[in-house]
Amino acid sequence: MPERTNQEWLAALSEPGPEREAALADLRTFLVRGLGYAMVDRPRVTEADIEGFVQDALLKILDNLDSFRGESRFTTWAQRIAVHEVFTELRRKRWQNVSLDEIIARYEGDFTPSILTDSEPSPEERVTQRHLLETVKRLIVEELTDRQREAIIAVVFAGMPTEEVARRMGTNRNALYKLMHDARQRLKRRMEAEDISLEDALAAFDTPPGKRSSAQHV
Amino acid sequence: MMKIESRKIQRMVRNILTARPDEIGCAECLERMDRFVEMELEGKSPAQAMPLVHDHLTRCRDCHEEYEALLQALRGLESE
Repeated sequence: MPERTNQEWLAALSEPGPEREAALADLRTFLVRGLGYAMVDRPRVTEADIEGFVQDALLKILDNLDSFRGESRFTTWAQRIAVHEVFTELRRKRWQNVSLDEIIARYEGDFTPSILTDSEPSPEERVTQRHLLETVKRLIVEELTDRQREAIIAVVFAGMPTEEVARRMGTNRNALYKLMHDARQRLKRRMEAEDISLEDALAAFDTPPGKRSSAQHV
Repeated sequence: MMKIESRKIQRMVRNILTARPDEIGCAECLERMDRFVEMELEGKSPAQAMPLVHDHLTRCRDCHEEYEALLQALRGLESE
């Protein structure tokens, strides 16, 4: 691919004509190769998938040339847009059959502080972890709005991507992050008011492996 | 009975108790991610230069996933 400055990329892509076609062909090749590296650990993503993602990304890139701020190489910016296209689609497919209402009902209906351990905590740790979970559960109910509670449950407990939760809640990822940020700040104030410090809380997870019990469930 | 993994509780509690008023959102993180990744590839310290981007990447799974993929893409292209 011929070396182009950021200005040369923008100039070539801005106007229809042979220069744009040549630049698009070079950019397409660059993005396909880049996504090939990015998706190397995802064997389900085929070369044909990648070609399709890049085609969609090129349209986005052409539509958003004005938003390129010039703080990085143009090709880095373009590759990031392509990566975003890929993950948006992969998340949509992965979660397409999952209902937000069902997830929330599942966690709200029987959201008991039952801890499936993955690090074999000591009995003391288990007591503290249980207490922390009970406290957080209580504060989530007392302190948060319905939307904040639903977002936290779906993203934090159920592990749904923020983008997918946002789609189902009729908002976008940025706005949902800010909604959850506000929720975390509210919970922080309440936890601090109840004298729960970060050090004490994290100590509940830090017992050396040799002192851990062999229990798997609480 | 719904079971919550302890690492999720740990991550949640840490995320709550380290919440800061100046956190940036996903849109700003994505905009600045390009330069953040380039600095990383140049052997510089983007976490120090862009602490709010770094902070967001430690909190947001979606953005972190895209950051890792972008880094992997550019590393691969550089190695050609």
